Amino acid sequence: MSAPATQSAGTLLEVSGISVSFDGFKAINNLSFSIGPAEMRAIIGPNGAGKTTFMDIVTGKTKPDEGKVLWGDLSRNLIGMNEARIARAGIGRKFQRPTVFEDQTVFENLLMAVKNDRNPLAVLFFKPKFKDLAKVEELAAEIGLADQLSRKSGELSHGQKQWLEIGMLLAQDPKLLLVDEPAAGMTLGEREHTTDILKEAAKTRAVVVVEHDMEFVRRLDCKVTVLHEGSVLAEGSLDHVTQNQDVIDVYLGR
Amino acid sequence: MIRRIIAACLLLLTCALPVQGQDRTIQDVLQEHADVIVKSSRKTIAPAIEAVANSGLPAAQDVLEAWQAKDMWQRDSDGVFFKAVKAEGSAYDLLDFDTGGPVGQADKSELTQMKPNSGIRAMIAAALVQFQLNDPDPERRREALLAIQRDGEASHLAPLRASIKSESDPEIRALKEVTERLLTISFDPDEAARVTAIEGFKGSLSLDTRAALNPIVTTHIAYADGVGETANVKRELRAGSRDLPVAEAYALMVAAGAVTPQPSLAERKAALEANISDGSVAGIPLAELNTQEARDRAYAALADQGLVPDFDPAATEETAVQGVRFAEIYDEPSRAVTGAAEATLASINRAVGLNQFFDLSLDGLSLASIYFLAAIGLAITFGVMGVINMAHGEFIMMGAYTGYVVQQVIPDYTVSIIVAIPLAFAVTFAAGVAMERLIIRWLYNRPLETLLATFGVSIALQQLAKNIFGTQARPLTSPGWLDGALSFNDVVSISYIRIAIFVLALIFLGVFLFIMKKTRLGLETRAVTQNPSMAASMGINPDKVNMMTFGLGSGIAGIAGVAIGLYAKVTSELGADYIVQSFMTVVVGGVGNIWGTLLGATMIGFLQKGIEWFNPSNTLAAQTYMIVFIIIFIQFRPKGIIALKGRAAGD
Amino acid sequence: MDMFKKTPSLPIFIAVLVIFTLAVTFLSEAYGAGAISTSFVKTLGKTLCLALVAIAMDLVWGYTGILSLGHFAFFGLGGYMIGMWLMYARTKLIVVESMASAALPPTPSEISDAIGTQIFGVVGSSDFPLIWTFAHSFWAQIALVVLVPGILALIFGWLAFRSRVTGVYLSILTQAMTLALSLYLFQNDSGLRGNNGLSGLQNLPGADAISQDYISVWFFWASSLALLLTYLLATFLVSGKFGSVIRGIRDDEARVRFLGYSVEGFKLFVFTLTGVIAAIGGALYYPQAGIINPAEIAPIASIYLAVWVAIGGRGRIYGAVIGAAFVSLVSTYFTGGQAPDINLGFYTIKWVDWWLVLLGLSFVLVTLFAPKGIGGLFDLISHRMSPDRHGLPLGPDKGSLREEEAEK
Repeated sequence: MSAPATQSAGTLLEVSGISVSFDGFKAINNLSFSIGPAEMRAIIGPNGAGKTTFMDIVTGKTKPDEGKVLWGDLSRNLIGMNEARIARAGIGRKFQRPTVFEDQTVFENLLMAVKNDRNPLAVLFFKPKFKDLAKVEELAAEIGLADQLSRKSGELSHGQKQWLEIGMLLAQDPKLLLVDEPAAGMTLGEREHTTDILKEAAKTRAVVVVEHDMEFVRRLDCKVTVLHEGSVLAEGSLDHVTQNQDVIDVYLGR
Repeated sequence: MIRRIIAACLLLLTCALPVQGQDRTIQDVLQEHADVIVKSSRKTIAPAIEAVANSGLPAAQDVLEAWQAKDMWQRDSDGVFFKAVKAEGSAYDLLDFDTGGPVGQADKSELTQMKPNSGIRAMIAAALVQFQLNDPDPERRREALLAIQRDGEASHLAPLRASIKSESDPEIRALKEVTERLLTISFDPDEAARVTAIEGFKGSLSLDTRAALNPIVTTHIAYADGVGETANVKRELRAGSRDLPVAEAYALMVAAGAVTPQPSLAERKAALEANISDGSVAGIPLAELNTQEARDRAYAALADQGLVPDFDPAATEETAVQGVRFAEIYDEPSRAVTGAAEATLASINRAVGLNQFFDLSLDGLSLASIYFLAAIGLAITFGVMGVINMAHGEFIMMGAYTGYVVQQVIPDYTVSIIVAIPLAFAVTFAAGVAMERLIIRWLYNRPLETLLATFGVSIALQQLAKNIFGTQARPLTSPGWLDGALSFNDVVSISYIRIAIFVLALIFLGVFLFIMKKTRLGLETRAVTQNPSMAASMGINPDKVNMMTFGLGSGIAGIAGVAIGLYAKVTSELGADYIVQSFMTVVVGGVGNIWGTLLGATMIGFLQKGIEWFNPSNTLAAQTYMIVFIIIFIQFRPKGIIALKGRAAGD
Repeated sequence: MDMFKKTPSLPIFIAVLVIFTLAVTFLSEAYGAGAISTSFVKTLGKTLCLALVAIAMDLVWGYTGILSLGHFAFFGLGGYMIGMWLMYARTKLIVVESMASAALPPTPSEISDAIGTQIFGVVGSSDFPLIWTFAHSFWAQIALVVLVPGILALIFGWLAFRSRVTGVYLSILTQAMTLALSLYLFQNDSGLRGNNGLSGLQNLPGADAISQDYISVWFFWASSLALLLTYLLATFLVSGKFGSVIRGIRDDEARVRFLGYSVEGFKLFVFTLTGVIAAIGGALYYPQAGIINPAEIAPIASIYLAVWVAIGGRGRIYGAVIGAAFVSLVSTYFTGGQAPDINLGFYTIKWVDWWLVLLGLSFVLVTLFAPKGIGGLFDLISHRMSPDRHGLPLGPDKGSLREEEAEK
């Protein structure tokens, strides 16, 4: 696969030559991909292109049959590490459907996500310090839920839950955010807000957005990677890839 | 010389084909030996018994039998022998030996009864053996042979050998040959013959063979200094080994007089107690004698005074037996015979071991079929629908009780079983459908709540069964043609009922596969399992499919109940005994796959039998270890033996 | 403290427990009017211990979403551990007394042999098994009350959680563990007297002169105190961030994992801690019951434990206490033969026979129609409402709260 053009700022995540198959179906086929430390990237592709499986592999949910996932300055291999360790290493993930703890308040959800010692004893004797509370409030303001802190998150609207989840991601203070279809089911206004949050986040960290919606991708205004049948089909600006004949065949020629 | 050979030939001939027409009668023979018969001494009687036995006369057997039974009387007036039967008063009916017919009566005072003592009766019995062995009725010959196998004697050997050649029935001839070898092993004075006979049994599985060989290799342990040069030593032993504990070795040395026994702990304590004076023993106050060390001191003081035997604390049993040789010695003096017997027993044990393995495999197989039967219904409800049904065991119990009730109505066991199987299916099918409609369908996707709710049903059903049928076990009797066992040899056998259960399990497997692969219900079930909403949009009613699937699983549990009830007692706890194993079977096998359930049942069945084999006395421990093994197994295959892979497995 | 603010029911519970304890004390035969018989004081003391283990169950199931069918095994193990000391110490006193009249004062090994014969004669043995090594020491056995079930829970939990067995699989696995343990204890050579179990535990060594009237009240106080401490501990656990995390695990453990929390570590922590709590409950329960045998550990006991929690209302600590107390007391009433029979004319309903049927059915009804259990009645007073989620539970996991169980 072709290496990405911009390597100047160094590489945060490098995925090389991974493959995985389920019962004979090759979900990911010799995929290579890399992203820098403060970069926004959109991943698009038709159904079954392997977008979600790619995220599963990076976050440790799925073990690939072969290949390496190298992370950070030390180029640590993430393969074999469990989800929690990968998350603590600095990779945050937002699922396609909003997954927040619906039985808990917005405050509890955010406080749980704020970066702190995660081992059970430390958690048991944890007392929120001023900086933790400040962080929660700051994030709540950013995602527009400042006045909803004491509400149970199960009662939030769909869009609010999406933002809360993004807020939880940011609270983890990850170096890399993996965001799966953040705009699904949102109104136009909500989408704009979401775009702003993501763009803001991408200033200080890497953000990978998996999205179907071309309009949303265009608004993100970033480099685009097109996946097809488990490998990279094209990469570049949105205009560049949409003129690529292969991409047109895959997307429109069906 | 030639005359003697001819005489011998004649004798044989007459033995084999008793020829009448000679003038000599049995009475003549008896009269010839009348003196010794009347004298009835064990030392001199032999020629008389021999003469009668070898007379070749048809009446010889009658005479011997009458003699042995003390029914032979001599008429005092003329010395003629008769068989006498008590008539009225002191009168006896006399029967002639040669004709067997009555020859009048005589008073007891005119007769003398022959009263052979037990030694003579035994000699007569030995002489009789040849007649029984040559009896025209094959059944009596067989009986005689089996009696000899059970309780053989040296004297049986000669008539047995003589009777082999003339035996016409091949089966009995084979039996005779085996019996002859068994007798040879035990009684033949010729060492070479015994060794040959022993070696002839290599690889035999017969219990009788082992019973004949085992006494030859019995041993006892002896203090080696007391063993003579000629002793047939199996091996030397040291005290303190597994076969010879120190205490036993010490006892042998004491018995041989090699050591003087030291006073034991109890004896020393008794000696101390006997020598208490003024609240102290040998000057040591009683209150201080609460340690062994103080007691030893007191005892030593007493010994110094000469009041008690000496005790040397250093001379323990361990030091006494140190370096002393002990020997394990065969009771049988001939080294060649014991050697051959050991070799043959080793080969027999190998063969027996192999056959025990087969027998164990059959046991494992039948246990596996039972687990499979118990688990298959669960595999459907749990595996296909993801519903855990704690009342599954109670459905099995309902099936068994249905069988019991049917047998109360229909006395014929064959017919009642044939009626009970579909009826049990119908009853538990209905119960399953009712439970699905009333409870389970409200709790889909809440398996933990389903587990607890069905547990509620389970305890209610169990108590209900207790209230209706009582707490005592009810019999579910299998038809007569299922009694007994299919026996391959003395080691390998399997009862017909277990074969029937195995066959039933195979039928279930077939029926299940047919339903799932070939019927509309199976197709719809698989569709609903894989994607309920898609199935619904294709016009399949998932409600109906779930109901039918649950009913099917429950119905199969009912049939399994009839099968299990046939060999286990029917109680209200019948199902509860199987429920955990059934869950294990499904979990180990892998959920959602009938072959997995089959493999799981096979694994658990064989495993349990295998563990029992290592520790046959303790089935509780076997079950414990099996469960521990399964818990560890789940570590390595959390999804079971046959696991669904990838996205199909769900989260 | 923070947890008082977050849990308004806490002071109420403390007040009720204190009043209850005082009331029982002043109505007992030992310290008051004698309106409550000694055996009923014992029943109440035992009930408090059951409430204690129900709190443990609620923590592991109601809050962490693990439907363990093995916590009664830990309860029983705790009872066995304290029972070993009680039995050893008391037998020793009896043996020493009977040997005092002998001509010679007994040696230590004679005493030990005599105790062994006394205790293990019933299973045809007289030697002390290895597991009785520390039976002579009260403090060692107290330590084992915590250590043995704790280590068992730790090993089992580590194996089970490490391989990510969840939901009903985990329930079945814990049930299997319980079955294995009870089958093992049923053997005569398990070293714990097989199906005879340990008996005579109500007699405290050296306290023969003290009437059971007093001892029962002392145990009642101890049970009450233990329940109070457990309640406070449980409230502390669930009210802070730890509570957030375990409730998160209950509703959606994958999400917790992606937040960077080691789900397995938290589950193991809760499983082991609650196992130890259960064991302490057992160590207080069985001296009041007087006897423990392997049947107590059978899997069905652990399922009943889950039933109590469900009937009381899962996910609220006072619910567990109420469920355990209510069901066990009502069971005692009905199975004890005190309840009057109902004559229907054609059939007489004997409650001894029909109570289990009623319990089973009422449990089905509670699961179907009243997921909040008895605890739901308090919501009528406190005006706690359930959210309207159109029947959806609060998370994707099998153990997650149901719509009716949650608070708006």
